[in-house]
Formats: sequence, structure tokens, C-alpha cells
Amino acid sequence: MSILVNKDTKVIVQGFTGGEGTFHAEQCMAYGTDIVGGVTPGKGGQTHLGKPVFNTVKEAVAATGATVSMVFVPPAFVGDAVMEAAAAGIELAVIITEGAPVRDMQAAKACATKNGMMTIGPNCPGIITADECKIGIMPGNIFKKGNVGLISKSGTLTYEGANQVVNEGYGITTAVGIGGDPIIGLSYKQLLQMFQDDPETEAIVMIGEIGGDLEIQAAAFIKENITKPVVAFIAGQSAPPGKRMGHAGAIISGSAGTAKEKMDALSAAGVEVVISPAEIGKAVKKVLS
Amino acid sequence: MNIHEYQAKQIFQKYGVPTPRGIIANTPEEAVKAAQELGGNIWVVKAQIHAGGRGLGGGVKLAKSTQEVKDLAGEILGMTLVTHQTGPEGKLVQKVYIEEGANIVDELYLSVVLDRAAEMPIIMASTEGGMDIETVAHETPEKIIKIAVDPAFGFQGYHGRELVFGLGITDKAEQKKMIQFASKLYKLYMENDAEMIEINPLIKTGEGDFLALDGKMGFDDSALYRHPEIEEMRDITEEDPDEREASQYGLSYIALDGEIGCMVNGAGLAMGTMDTINYMGGTPANFLDVGGTANAETVAKGFEIILKNPNVKAIFVNIFGGIVRCDRIANGILEATKLVDVNVPVIVRLDGTNAAEAAEILKNANIDNVISATDLGDGAKKAVAAAKGEL
Repeated sequence: MSILVNKDTKVIVQGFTGGEGTFHAEQCMAYGTDIVGGVTPGKGGQTHLGKPVFNTVKEAVAATGATVSMVFVPPAFVGDAVMEAAAAGIELAVIITEGAPVRDMQAAKACATKNGMMTIGPNCPGIITADECKIGIMPGNIFKKGNVGLISKSGTLTYEGANQVVNEGYGITTAVGIGGDPIIGLSYKQLLQMFQDDPETEAIVMIGEIGGDLEIQAAAFIKENITKPVVAFIAGQSAPPGKRMGHAGAIISGSAGTAKEKMDALSAAGVEVVISPAEIGKAVKKVLS
Repeated sequence: MNIHEYQAKQIFQKYGVPTPRGIIANTPEEAVKAAQELGGNIWVVKAQIHAGGRGLGGGVKLAKSTQEVKDLAGEILGMTLVTHQTGPEGKLVQKVYIEEGANIVDELYLSVVLDRAAEMPIIMASTEGGMDIETVAHETPEKIIKIAVDPAFGFQGYHGRELVFGLGITDKAEQKKMIQFASKLYKLYMENDAEMIEINPLIKTGEGDFLALDGKMGFDDSALYRHPEIEEMRDITEEDPDEREASQYGLSYIALDGEIGCMVNGAGLAMGTMDTINYMGGTPANFLDVGGTANAETVAKGFEIILKNPNVKAIFVNIFGGIVRCDRIANGILEATKLVDVNVPVIVRLDGTNAAEAAEILKNANIDNVISATDLGDGAKKAVAAAKGEL
């Protein structure tokens, strides 16, 4: 078991024939992901990486039965692409694109919600179910199969966390990078619930950062709904207020969004909070033994 | 990206959001000319910097004659203004905005920002204009009105009614003016991909008009490509030159107060590295994300920028290679040591894609001050020790 995606998931790639799309689609296929085709407007009818290319998502879905789309469309067009996926009946869009205008993502997210499509990202590494299906840009070899679910706002911290879990002798069920933008798709709450319901997942690692209040909401949710042990790290304890720390959403405004307030809320909810990301692996070992 | 008050007011005026009349000046002579052109017998001389709290810092002064305008402009232009938002180093004032005086009978607060939880813009308003809104929110949260506007449907009449009744505006004509004010502000927020607009204070005049006495605007950097006219308003003198230089090389850099320079891939891991250094008893000198496409040149540039900071006593390179290949970073470090005089210990932790090759490259190069670390914790510990001269 796992959450959201597995070896049977049929995936199309939007922005299939572009440089990024091509490189990462190839990597995903090598990992075992069932990529059944892709979409590049104007290139319909061609074959790319041995898979059919379609002009529209609607055609791609009709011909392949794909339920998930991995989106590599450039920032200026990504809002449109996500809405197209939603309208075509895609169930989950994994949006890798970095630098999408906030206004466009606001509209795309509203459209996705209306059409019942889940989204992950934008500006995220994607999702991986260990040894089954990788939809994103993470180095697959780090993610060994196991019993720990991982949710993270940051790409490289996802790799760091997964690597430590594996080095402690455990492994990953599914890891999800939810992205660091102001408006994102699936968030801690929904994913925590999915991991809670997944029989194979025995512990959950959540990695957050400064800015916004998703982690605070997650803390309240964990207290009420999650019985599996949770380990958390919040990046940016040493970040100065008012400065944007790389991610568009990682900014402390006034007194809100600080790492400390998030860590305190999570601790109060019974979460094992670590002060340094170097301690994630050890903390997982602690909660699982 | 942020813009100056006078630029925000230009945008306001374009959309019919009322402001006092004003003219920008670069010299005391231009300031006098501006005052004469504006007419009247009272003017406000306002320093233009990207920070709030200008009045308290002495950057906003009232003038009752053109001679006074000249004197005050001379005083403010060239001064280093320190406010609670500039940091102790302050900001150099290069422009003043000369504005006509206004007959203020009431001060309100109005802003439009993205509510991340609601995933839509909200209009925030308060009767407590002229005060620090964070303080108002903290001490008297009931005095802040928040109205979410769904962009799918736009600004409706009920949004306006919630606003004016919430602010206690009872006069019909005034209600209408305020609703138009807010509706136009919302429109310009959306059309320009603004991240935030803040008017503090928004004043009511003796004539019953509402005017934006101040104006602060920030924009979504990711959407600037479709607003070249706003991009043109960029004032590079307001930006940290090192941060700007770094961004030209695809690096995301922010200077901090500590002693350990950091070079990391990924924003989250970069913050996590800073946190780990703190945890181990050291202090980070900067945030630096080399991004997903780091190569020898960008790594060398990263070293150069980090080493401009005289407080740096050690550098911690922490790379978890996903898209970034570790062997490339290792070569970048070797390249950097040839291009830049790296005179402090460099602790290197390379993990992930091609880590073994990278370790081999560094080992064979055998450079004295390059020290390998096995993982994040080990690297941070060594960097802290090195900064203290104990390694």
C-alpha cells in the first residue's frame, strides 16, 4: 500500500517534449512509472520517448485512460495547463513548475477544486511511492521501500529526510513534496489523513518551514485525528523577519509564521519536533522503537 | 518587488483612487519648483525609501513656505534614514516627494493582501489609521475588518457594505466614495498582480473626501514579466547589491550577522543548514541557495559573494544532489579555489547523485583547507569548530 500513486497509476506529462519534461519523464520511466503519453500543443500525432504525444489533455485521457498528470509547462502557461487537466477529468495534477504567478495558481486551484481534481505543488519535487512510481524530479535511488510516510514543503529537505530514514534501517511508503509557494494543492491535513488510513505507513515525517500557518493547522488536525507517531522539523528558526528565504511563501510577516510558533504548536499536539534536520532519522527510530 | 510611495500613487491615480497631488524631486531646487507648481501654502516633504516608519525617523516634514520646502528637502535628501523597518544601517534618501497639504479629520487603514488560508485576496480595514497595524491586530483584533473577495466573482456590493458599516461610515455620500475607493483598489490589485497594497493612513478630509495619504505596494515577482511598466519602476539602489549580484547568477542570497558562510542547494535545506549551525552553537553568515542548475561558475560566484563578508570564518558547503550532481559541485569547488582566494576552512558535505565520484575528486585534489564531512550533522559540527579555530 501507499498513498495517491502506485505501480498501476497511468501518468501523462504536460510539457512532454520540452527539455525538463523530456529529461524527467525519462527518469520517471526508468524508475518504473507507467507514463502512457504526453501533451504538447501542436505536436499531436508524434511519438516521444516511445509514447504518443497529444495536442490536448482531453485527447490524451481518452486515448490512454491516464488519471494523473505531471506538469512541466513553463510558468506563464501553467495555470492554463492545470485548468485543462481539471476539465479533462484528470484526478491528480503534480505541478513541478517553479515561478508560477500567484494569481494564476489561485484561479487554477479554484478550478481544480470545482472539478474534483487534486493538485500537488506548484514549485515542488513531486510525489514518489518507493519502488513503484515516481512522478517528479527527486533522485529515486534514495527512496527505499518501508513504513514511513513523508510530507515536505522543501525538495532537498525531502531527500535529506528520506535518506536519514533509510540510513536508520527504515524506508518510505510514499513521499510528497507539497511545494513552498503561497498557494499550494494538497496540504499537510489531507496527506496526514491519507497516511493515517494507509495500513503500511507506521510513522509520518512532516517537514515545514516559516511563513503561512499550514503547520499550525496541521498541529490542530494531528491532535484530533492522527494516532500514528509524527516527527516534524520546521526550517527557518534562524531566518530574519521580512526576508523571503528562497521560496515565495517562506517569509515571516510581523509576528506570524515563525518557526517557533509552529514548533510549539506541533509539540503541544504530541509531535516529536526536532530542532535540526540532522536529527530526523534518529527521531523516526525513536518513535518506531 | 516593492515600489516607492510616489510610484504607488501614480498607479492609484491611473485607476481613479484619490490621492493628494504631489511631484517627485531629486534636488532642493526641484522641490521648490514642485511646491510652486502645486500651489497652496502648505506642503509635505516626504523621503522616498522602501520602508515604513519614515515619519518617526524624521523623513516626513511639514513646510509652510517654499523656503522651508527647500531647507527641508536639503535636509532630507542625502540623509540616511533609520526606521524600524530599515535595520540599524538605515537607507540613503535620494528622492523626496512634495505633496500638497491635506485637511485631515479622520485617519483610517485599508489594505489588500492575499489570504493564504482562504486562497483569495482579502480587504483589511480599520478605524485605527496611522497606527502600526500589527499592533492593532495584536491588541484590539476586533478593530480590524477582513473581507475576502473571490476573484471568480469579483468585488460585489455586499463587500462594500460590510466595509462601510464596519468602519462606522453613516453618511450616504461618504459610503459611496469609500465603496468606490475599495472597489478600485481591488481592481488594481488584481490587474497588476500585486502581492500587497497598504494605505496607512487613508484620510477623510474636511470636505468629506477619502484620500490615500500614504501608499505601499509590493508585486508578485513571478508575474512581473507581464507588467513591463511596473518592472521599470524597480529602484535597484533599494536592493542589497550582493543579493542582486547573486540573483544574476541564479543564486538566492541573503546576508546575515553570523560567522559561518553557507552554500546549499534548495531553499528548505539552506534554512535547515542555518538552523543546524545554530543548534551546534555557531552562527550563519548568510542564506545561499545555489539552485537546481549549479555549475563550476555559479559555485565560484557563490564563494566570491560569501567571502565579501569580512565576518566569515568558515564556509559550509552542504549539497544533497538530486538534480544537482555532486561531481559538478566538487569540480566547482576546485575551480573556485583557483578563481577566488578562499582563505578560510571549507567544510564540504556532498550527498546524493554522484556523491562517490565527488568524494574522489576532492580527495585527489588534496587541498589543505577543504575538509570533508559525512553528513549534515557532522558538517555543521566541523564548520562550527572551524569558525572557532578549533579544527
